[in-house]
Amino acid sequence: MPIDKFVTLESSCVPLPIENVDTDQIIPARFLKATTRDGFGDNLFCDWRYDKNGNPKADFVLNKPIYSGEILVAGKNFGSGSSREHAAWAIGGYGFKVVVSSFFADIFKNNALNNGILPVQISDAFLAQIFEAVDADAKTIIKIDLENQTISVPSRSISEKFDINPYKKKCLINGYDDIDYLISIADEIEAWEAKA
Amino acid sequence: MAGKTLFDKIWEKHVVNNVEGGPSVLYIDRHLIHEVTSPQAFAGLKARGIKVRRPDKTIATPDHNIPTMDQHLPIHDELSRFQVNKLKENCEENGVQMYGLTHPYNGIVHVVGPELGLTQPGMTIVCGDSHTSTHGAFGSIAFGIGTSEVEMVLATQCLMQSRPKTMRINVEGKLQKGVTSKDIVLYVISQISTGGATGYFVEFAGSAIRSLSMEARMTICNMSIEMGARGGMIAPDEITYEYVKGREFAPKGADWDKKLAEWKQLPSDADAKFDKELTFKAEDIEPMITYGTNPGMGIGITGSIPKLSDIDKASQNTFKKSLDYMGYNDGDAMIGKKVDYVFVGSCTNGRIEDLRAFAAFVKGKKKADNVVAWIVPGSKQVEKQAIEEGLKEALEAAGFELRQPGCSACLAMNDDKIPEGLYAVSTSNRNFEGRQGPGARTMLASPLTAAAAAITGVITDPRSFLS
Repeated sequence: MPIDKFVTLESSCVPLPIENVDTDQIIPARFLKATTRDGFGDNLFCDWRYDKNGNPKADFVLNKPIYSGEILVAGKNFGSGSSREHAAWAIGGYGFKVVVSSFFADIFKNNALNNGILPVQISDAFLAQIFEAVDADAKTIIKIDLENQTISVPSRSISEKFDINPYKKKCLINGYDDIDYLISIADEIEAWEAKA
Repeated sequence: MAGKTLFDKIWEKHVVNNVEGGPSVLYIDRHLIHEVTSPQAFAGLKARGIKVRRPDKTIATPDHNIPTMDQHLPIHDELSRFQVNKLKENCEENGVQMYGLTHPYNGIVHVVGPELGLTQPGMTIVCGDSHTSTHGAFGSIAFGIGTSEVEMVLATQCLMQSRPKTMRINVEGKLQKGVTSKDIVLYVISQISTGGATGYFVEFAGSAIRSLSMEARMTICNMSIEMGARGGMIAPDEITYEYVKGREFAPKGADWDKKLAEWKQLPSDADAKFDKELTFKAEDIEPMITYGTNPGMGIGITGSIPKLSDIDKASQNTFKKSLDYMGYNDGDAMIGKKVDYVFVGSCTNGRIEDLRAFAAFVKGKKKADNVVAWIVPGSKQVEKQAIEEGLKEALEAAGFELRQPGCSACLAMNDDKIPEGLYAVSTSNRNFEGRQGPGARTMLASPLTAAAAAITGVITDPRSFLS
């Protein structure tokens, strides 16, 4: 199944200045009973977002109307813990296309990329500058340019380069997915098996 | 030319090809699946009109989402029942062997693989579960994957992976009495943090590691993901071969001899270079306990929670949020803190040696009245052995009940949830907010420390009971 193409994105963001956000916070285990990929966005950050009666907690960022956008900006070591891809589905399902942090857990990063969500890893200093800009103006626009691998905040005239594996970059820009590629080399896999 | 690491040797043997500027296509020897992270992958295969390419290399067992009582009855929770039935259906359609509920081989996927001899040195092993790193204890490359990756392996028996960096963590010396492999790994994580090994595959080495049993080694590799590592591994040796030999799916006869010769070539060469190397002293390690909401927030049991002023300024808010959740103050001592629940089980510490250690500790004593204890074996085989060895009886005499196998309260997908605000000492692997149930407060520890808490009803140094 091809993923959505990603080239550039210009959007305001939702700031989450908490470190070590684990996948149990992104989507608690009790929501993993589903057998499809749909509907996880409704329960994104469920226990931070809602009280036990299901009412939105006013102090959580997703419930603050001044913040919106397709970019989630989070503290360092985002996505640690469980390998559940449901975390990426919840983030994508909610409407985020990019997650910005100064450090990502490995499995989360792969899961995000496999779902067309771009993890943008930046320096701690640049992350602090973004949080500061958004704190001063909740509508601060952030620009992501995948081709040039840059993230910038035009209103502050600041920008930084980010790394991405060249193959994964090509996949995102063209909307390719790994499974299609692997299926396309079936003969090669068979030949490898025969001699192993 | 520098020598090769254990990791290099296995990785290089499994590369089908290298994508230009990108990841390697890695061949997978063993694919373990369970009910929670596979249904969407099977649905993906169906949508493409293809079947599992190598059902003979795929093994399924439901574990995450199953009750630990009355397993002979239909699962009460409708969504759980649907998901477990879906696994059965998907396995039947694709000719995949599944060890369902009540099957003598059912259990937590990372307990089942090793005990059946499905896990062997030199293999590549994956599963849609981050604790797949457990199998690295046999000297294999084993790591957790997401559901899209589960679909890739089901479809092609291959995975696209960027080669991680390598790290060696040496633990040298002799462990103190009452200190277990769980304490080693909690100690290492407390020293390097939950992101300390992100981007690396970690080989654990050194005299303290070499002295451990296979089950104890599994506990260490199991939690390598909690330091961020892609996986953990330990070079195979006589202890490994002895454990594997004779198990159901272990090589037999001439095949065993051939494999054994191959396995003996696996350990890292003396001149192998690692991207990073760390060394810790076994003597420095106390029984460990966590006080916060990630596995890196651990201290020696006689220690105190760090002072807020000693935490990095940038991390102070996160630290405060964590202590608020736990209901603790910075600077508090852990000894004497209230305990409401004790959970013994999980892929980290749900094996027979763990149950033996716990049962031996509580034998002749009584469970504290204020404590609810769940003792959950890692598999049907562990359960059977616990009964045969008289552990069940010893536990019952001390006021404990042995439940049926499953992941249980480790992630609380089933009914085994710690109630909001209550404190649990758990032998599992994660103390994240809400991990053991919404609002549950978890302290990670070894089976011995869990036993001491279960008997006294408060956090207690297990060494005070050991002569």
